[in-house]
Amino acid sequence: MRIEHQLTVGEGLRQHGVSRRAFLKFCASLAALMALPPSLAPAIAAAIGRARRQSVIWLSFQECTGCTESLTRSHSPTLEGLIFDLISLDYHHTLQAAAGEAAERDREQAMKDNEGKYLLVVDGSLPLGNPGYSTIAGRSNLDLLTEAARGAAALVAVGSCAAFGGIPGADPNPTGAVPVGAVVHDKPIINIPGCPPIPLAITGTLAYFLTFGRIPALDALGRPRMFYGDTIHDRCYRRPFYDQGKFAASFDDEGARQGWCLFKLGCKGPVTHNACASLKWNQGTSFPIQSGHGCLGCSEPGFWDAGSFYRPLSSPVSAVGATVAAGVAIGAAAGLAAALRNRSVRAAARAAHQQVGVNDLGGGDAK
Amino acid sequence: MSQLELLTWARGTGLAWALALCAAGIVLRLAEMLSLGRSVDLAPARLHRPGSGWRTVFTRSLPPPGMFRREPVGYVAGYLFHLGLLLTLFFSAAHIELFRALWGVSWPALPPALIDAVALVAIFSLLVLLAQRLSHPVKRLLSGFADYLAWAATMLPLLTGYLATHHLLLAYPLMLPLHILSAELLLVLLPFTKLFHGVSVFFSRWYNGNAFARKGVAS
Repeated sequence: MRIEHQLTVGEGLRQHGVSRRAFLKFCASLAALMALPPSLAPAIAAAIGRARRQSVIWLSFQECTGCTESLTRSHSPTLEGLIFDLISLDYHHTLQAAAGEAAERDREQAMKDNEGKYLLVVDGSLPLGNPGYSTIAGRSNLDLLTEAARGAAALVAVGSCAAFGGIPGADPNPTGAVPVGAVVHDKPIINIPGCPPIPLAITGTLAYFLTFGRIPALDALGRPRMFYGDTIHDRCYRRPFYDQGKFAASFDDEGARQGWCLFKLGCKGPVTHNACASLKWNQGTSFPIQSGHGCLGCSEPGFWDAGSFYRPLSSPVSAVGATVAAGVAIGAAAGLAAALRNRSVRAAARAAHQQVGVNDLGGGDAK
Repeated sequence: MSQLELLTWARGTGLAWALALCAAGIVLRLAEMLSLGRSVDLAPARLHRPGSGWRTVFTRSLPPPGMFRREPVGYVAGYLFHLGLLLTLFFSAAHIELFRALWGVSWPALPPALIDAVALVAIFSLLVLLAQRLSHPVKRLLSGFADYLAWAATMLPLLTGYLATHHLLLAYPLMLPLHILSAELLLVLLPFTKLFHGVSVFFSRWYNGNAFARKGVAS
């Protein structure tokens, strides 16, 4: 798995038969992603080309390997994939050939050799409730992360589990799952959420780090703005239908066949920050909404607990009938109490009412 | 709490509590109001028009003669506001989805452009009514905190809904939960402020219509 650190990225690319034209094209698309002028593409190419292999240590905790699948399978034939290969991925227990003691030794060696410089990528959440739910080589996730984070230049939390707790952290959170940011507080953390994240969001963020030597601009949730700056809704090609009030009411009605907006079918695009609608998946082929299914909101914290995927954003996330019935019962009881009180007040007033007759007028006292 | 978590709370716990408090308040106020009763009219009815109370419920929605001349601002802005509010509330596609989820019934929505227009009319009318309340010496004297609270509680859902729809001022993922929360505030305040007229107006109109008919002034 380890790649010779002395080779620059440019040399490595040439060894893999990647032309300068193709590399520049990649850098131009990176410049566009980073919202930089196209004229900066050669500068980016020069910076990446000169860079030494960035040592990357990848730790996988409570996760499903979907993030790694997304990264390696979907984009493996692309240039982004090659760039990623050319990073020195010193430890990744799914991808590496070494196993057991040898693998752990690799990790320890890489941490020692690149002290203070390596990028620590994490996918999966950490079970703080009971560390026994997820261990590697007999060590808890918390122990491994704390040790590896100490010498890292920065951390990259890949996937919604590492960034926000994800599905392991969903109610009732049986393992006491927490995201990376809940454990590490003294290092910069880049969150690249998604279930899984778009591969280019991962490679693009790493490329940014290689190019500029610093982490990209992040939003309030630690997500790179260049990928998570807009909502799906902002960039959705079905947006004009939303604006016109044309909605699919079921997955096979005329509206669905016409490609109308999926708001009524529970699309979470309006409140989800991600680049699916612009970068798309499978080398720009499509994304969920283009395939006829609403956005699940997977790059937002708590997406799994945000109610049914098939309920519109304007509808309740859970049944309200029981609570409202309780409200009616309490209101009726309070109303009855008020009625009885009013009745007793009225009865007391009647009882206390003194009849005034002509004899009470006082007669000659007024003289 | 992230924006989506705030939205989830607003659509879940917040909505359930707001609806429950609103329902509890309405039942409480109605029970209190109806149980008080009214003095028995011992005089024989002058006119036997049994439907008078029910007719009055509807006929009082029409302006009385001479009102435009007496109160042009209240007349025009008042009607426009109520029409805009009711159309926005009951005929926006997103709101109909809420009613479908709550009551199991739905109906066709009005085009978004029309909803936009009537919402703006309602917002502008509310502003005019506030300006009039502040500038008219008598209305100003009669107005208290509860009146301004009711105005704000009505204005907020309209304003945040319009801003959310058009992605103005704040990002939609934040403005949407704020809109829902503002509507929940309105629901909670409704039974305990003068906004309760939305419910009690039907009872009082029926009572007046019925009582007037007994006195010989049938509607």
